[in-house]
Amino acid sequence: MEKERHVLVIFPHPDDEAFGVSGTIALNIENGTPVTYACLTLGEMGRNLGNPPFATRESLPKIRRQELVDAANALGIQDLRMLGLRDKTVEFEDDEELTGKISAFIDELNPSLIITFYPGYSVHPDHEATGRAVVRAVERIAPEERPKLHCVAFSNNSLAELGEPEIINDVTAVEDKKIAAIKAHRSQTESMVATWAEKMQSQDPAMLTWIRKERFWPYKWKR
Amino acid sequence: MKAIDRAEVQQKINSFAEADVYLHLETTNGAYATHNDESFFSAGAYIRNALIRYEHGKIVGDGPFRVGLKLEIGWVYGEGLTHFEIDDQGRLLLAGLDFTGKLAVALQISPSPFE
Repeated sequence: MEKERHVLVIFPHPDDEAFGVSGTIALNIENGTPVTYACLTLGEMGRNLGNPPFATRESLPKIRRQELVDAANALGIQDLRMLGLRDKTVEFEDDEELTGKISAFIDELNPSLIITFYPGYSVHPDHEATGRAVVRAVERIAPEERPKLHCVAFSNNSLAELGEPEIINDVTAVEDKKIAAIKAHRSQTESMVATWAEKMQSQDPAMLTWIRKERFWPYKWKR
Repeated sequence: MKAIDRAEVQQKINSFAEADVYLHLETTNGAYATHNDESFFSAGAYIRNALIRYEHGKIVGDGPFRVGLKLEIGWVYGEGLTHFEIDDQGRLLLAGLDFTGKLAVALQISPSPFE
């Protein structure tokens, strides 16, 4: 993994950072690289309320806000920004205004690497809208001055259309932090984590690969 | 939230009748439904802080329950409701949780706007 000046991670939901990126975040932080996580919403529309339910539609944002802080602490993120948009509405926001918010982060932080979702390959409408906004913001920077833009893609057509991921980070060294970050999002991950115990016990190879290898596609610029 | 107590919910619905109240109504099968099963047709709707006034409302069924609110010139309706809570702000929060505990429908009534 290259040593970065500053990493800017931009996702719409608390827990988006946990599954595919938290190991990379932790590795960068252990490397002495500052990481800023800009999280657009509080995942207000999440369908998981705990089972049996310990949250309601109305208490969920407060719970997820704390879970986000806990996950950031587990990873050592010192700069966590919450943008206050609402879950499932990101694509309906004014595009230019959203681009402006992202451009302002880039201007302020001067990151060498930005991580977000790959537009067209990230399934959830909020993921798509976030990825598009980041691409618009970075596109406005002259090609030779642009930070690297590494994207997460997981739609069913991503391998067929984007090819194999160009970047695969082995995060085994920080997997405890990654698992702690995933568990911090308890309202959303508790039932999933409960199914892990057996797989971890038997060192299930698919499971270990899913946790230990984080995959990124550098954004393919048209110009 | 706990399993719906029909009498308690009916009483709360009655208490909001003929008054200006704020409505949150939502149905969802999740943003990943079609990703997980490409033959699944995903649909949902969501309205938050609609200001309404209903003449009367009813909760019907043996569980999951249905709730209908009769407006002067229209209706509000939700089905698949399983759980409820009357929260510390006096709001009636009704939700339908599917067999895995995930929210599929929400119908909430509040005397003041939802945040």
